[in-house]
Amino acid sequence: MASNFARILSSKRNVGILSLVGAGSLSVGFFLTREQYVSAGAQVRRLYPASADYPDLRKHNNCMASHLTPALYAKLCDKATPNGFTLDQAIQTGVDNPGHPFIKTVGMVAGDEESYEVFADLFDPVIKERHNGYNARIMKHPTDLESSKIRGGQFDDNYVLSSRVRTGRSIRGLSLPPACTRAERREVERVVISALAGLKGNLAGKYYSLTEMTEKEQQQLIDDHFLFDKPVSPLLTCAGMARDWPDARGIWHNNEKTFLVWVNEEDHTRVISMEKGGNMKRVFERFCRGLQEVEHLIQEKGWEFMWNEHLGYILTCPSNLGTGLRAGVHIKLPRLSKDPRFPKILDNLRLQKRGTGGVDTAAVGSTFDISNLDRLGQSEVQLVQTVIDGVNYLIECEKRLEKGQDIKIPAPISQFK
Amino acid sequence: MPFGNTHNNFKLNFSVDDEYPDLSKHNNHMAKALTKEIYAKLRNKQTPTGFTLDDIIQTGVDNPGHPFIMTVGCIAGDEESYEVFKDLFDPVICDRHGGYKVTDKHKTDLNFENLKGGDDLDPNYVLSSRVRTGRSIKGYALPPHNSRGERRAVEKLSVEALNSLDGEFKGKYYPLKSMTDAEQEQLIADHFLFDKPVSPLLLAAGMARDWPDARGIWHNENKTFLVWVNEEDHLRVISMQKGGNMKEVFRRFCVGLNTIEEVFKKHNHGFMWNEHLGFILTCPSNLGTGLRGGVHVKLPKLSEHPKFEEILNRLRLQKRGVDTASVGGVFDISNADRIGSSEVDQVQCVVDGVKLMIEMEKKLEKGEAIDSMIPAQK
Repeated sequence: MASNFARILSSKRNVGILSLVGAGSLSVGFFLTREQYVSAGAQVRRLYPASADYPDLRKHNNCMASHLTPALYAKLCDKATPNGFTLDQAIQTGVDNPGHPFIKTVGMVAGDEESYEVFADLFDPVIKERHNGYNARIMKHPTDLESSKIRGGQFDDNYVLSSRVRTGRSIRGLSLPPACTRAERREVERVVISALAGLKGNLAGKYYSLTEMTEKEQQQLIDDHFLFDKPVSPLLTCAGMARDWPDARGIWHNNEKTFLVWVNEEDHTRVISMEKGGNMKRVFERFCRGLQEVEHLIQEKGWEFMWNEHLGYILTCPSNLGTGLRAGVHIKLPRLSKDPRFPKILDNLRLQKRGTGGVDTAAVGSTFDISNLDRLGQSEVQLVQTVIDGVNYLIECEKRLEKGQDIKIPAPISQFK
Repeated sequence: MPFGNTHNNFKLNFSVDDEYPDLSKHNNHMAKALTKEIYAKLRNKQTPTGFTLDDIIQTGVDNPGHPFIMTVGCIAGDEESYEVFKDLFDPVICDRHGGYKVTDKHKTDLNFENLKGGDDLDPNYVLSSRVRTGRSIKGYALPPHNSRGERRAVEKLSVEALNSLDGEFKGKYYPLKSMTDAEQEQLIADHFLFDKPVSPLLLAAGMARDWPDARGIWHNENKTFLVWVNEEDHLRVISMQKGGNMKEVFRRFCVGLNTIEEVFKKHNHGFMWNEHLGFILTCPSNLGTGLRGGVHVKLPKLSEHPKFEEILNRLRLQKRGVDTASVGGVFDISNADRIGSSEVDQVQCVVDGVKLMIEMEKKLEKGEAIDSMIPAQK
């Protein structure tokens, strides 16, 4: 496997990196001396044979448990990524959280970009199961942030209360939240807030560090529903993502409160564009513009996002690979939601419903969070178009039911275009 | 979560300033002791099993502590942790254990015959008596660090040792992951069943990994001798019974412990112990004897007395509520010390102190003063 670091060092961005010597940035020391202490594909010292350490997964129902056979465990258990991340660490969250009979969790995380390569024999089948048969060895993931390609995207405000698009981005060369050291996490924070400080116009904004925010700032962020808490879900805490909380964590948002970035929560960054009402087109335009500008700003300093042509954007949880994109609306569907065909309609439109409090919540009244199901194998433009077309269809159904007319279950749309 | 030495070596690429934790809002023993200089000195070290400084302090970094209750904030991953990282553990131990010095020696005495009295605590006041301690099996990493293979080996060896017990100790092992519903209900009714830890102090130290694999409860038929396997320590050993016969509770405690130790020694895996720290356990607060001996005792009048706290202090005792806050004047009274005095010494404190406090309670019932009875500092 060609090291991603070799790729960076051989590119034109060399100049950018070396020019940082005077600034005393962490990144130079990191790139130039990382070979000193750890060699690529480090070996793990084990006291016991693999069979003694193989986890008991008989009561488990998650993607990791479905694919981690004793033979596969034996093959991978003494490997580590160059940063020292091991198989046991990758699967710990899935061992500790057997899962739910109805909801199948992923059950494993990446500690760094190389995890997806070093432990490919386990990640690949998990990715395939989670992402509708996507074959990471062969298939290529399309990335497309050209928001001008979107058709329509302005919903009826009588039904759609708000529109939102989110994704995540990881900074290449720094470990991911389950494995990052305090120094790496602080470097992620420095890199990201330096880039965000360069945003202008309606994207200009301010950073609020979790360790330093005032009580007043905290209250305002809570009122705006922007503040994120230390994770309590055992799925996250067992993966080690909450270590050293709240060190190097924070929230950035623009002055208009329509573009928001979480730093060092479940991923290096979570990027969110939103606004009240049904103008998904504008939300997505701002999303793309903001992301592209941030990417440009970090590249000026010699950094880039983790991305490859098979997995798209690299994030901590395999479920967020590809686009990492969830585009959705809060929408009132009092009649449609009571129709027994509602789940099937959503399914065929490749949409999912959640309560308005997020992934673990139930719906209140008849207001739902409707968003795309898929993440990998289709581009951002394609997924947002799917949401737009799908939500339009749902609104049409609701209107027909209002008039006492019948509705049809739409034909299922294909998954990989 | 334990990362091990390969990951630790990678961290050495970064400066001390960039890696040193922000402890400015922290109030625990580790945060008090861990200066940047000590962090710099210890960060490239590891124990033979690969446990590192950041593994040791993670729980204290993640749990800043409480302004009133001082937690320890660091744990051991194996026996060698206390040696390799002594520059951190020594000041923490000294602070936590009332000035215990690096040169001090700890006395171990599990000869129950050395206990004087203790069989006559008034059962009208003493509802139950209990002694607990912990033991670590030499040659295996501790709960924050052990692999599944190691944890299972500890379970296997412990069950073998416990199943060899006979007579009053004859009993049965209930593994957490395969107990029946009926067994589970009975263990709950007996107040024996332990749950997966929920305290962030324990979770952040990595002790709940792989739950409930290789965890279980063993108890004798009489339900007076109980052992927890692979909870916060390799073993937690508990002897108890209703009423005030602490002498009997302690006898059973000593005999049971000494008997199972023989089995472990035969396999060349005796208990972790040294002459400075006594019995080695995961949390530094449990070093020495690891012993908490106590009673549930009714002291409604004495507990209202303004000098109650001071009396406890002078008797080297501590109070806790029964199931958190105290109800109806019933308190859990136990020894405050763990290291620097022996098991016999500590249980003697409990026996003598509780006896005295019951006499005070009786005096107060009669409306008499107790000032003359208040003891000197032990």
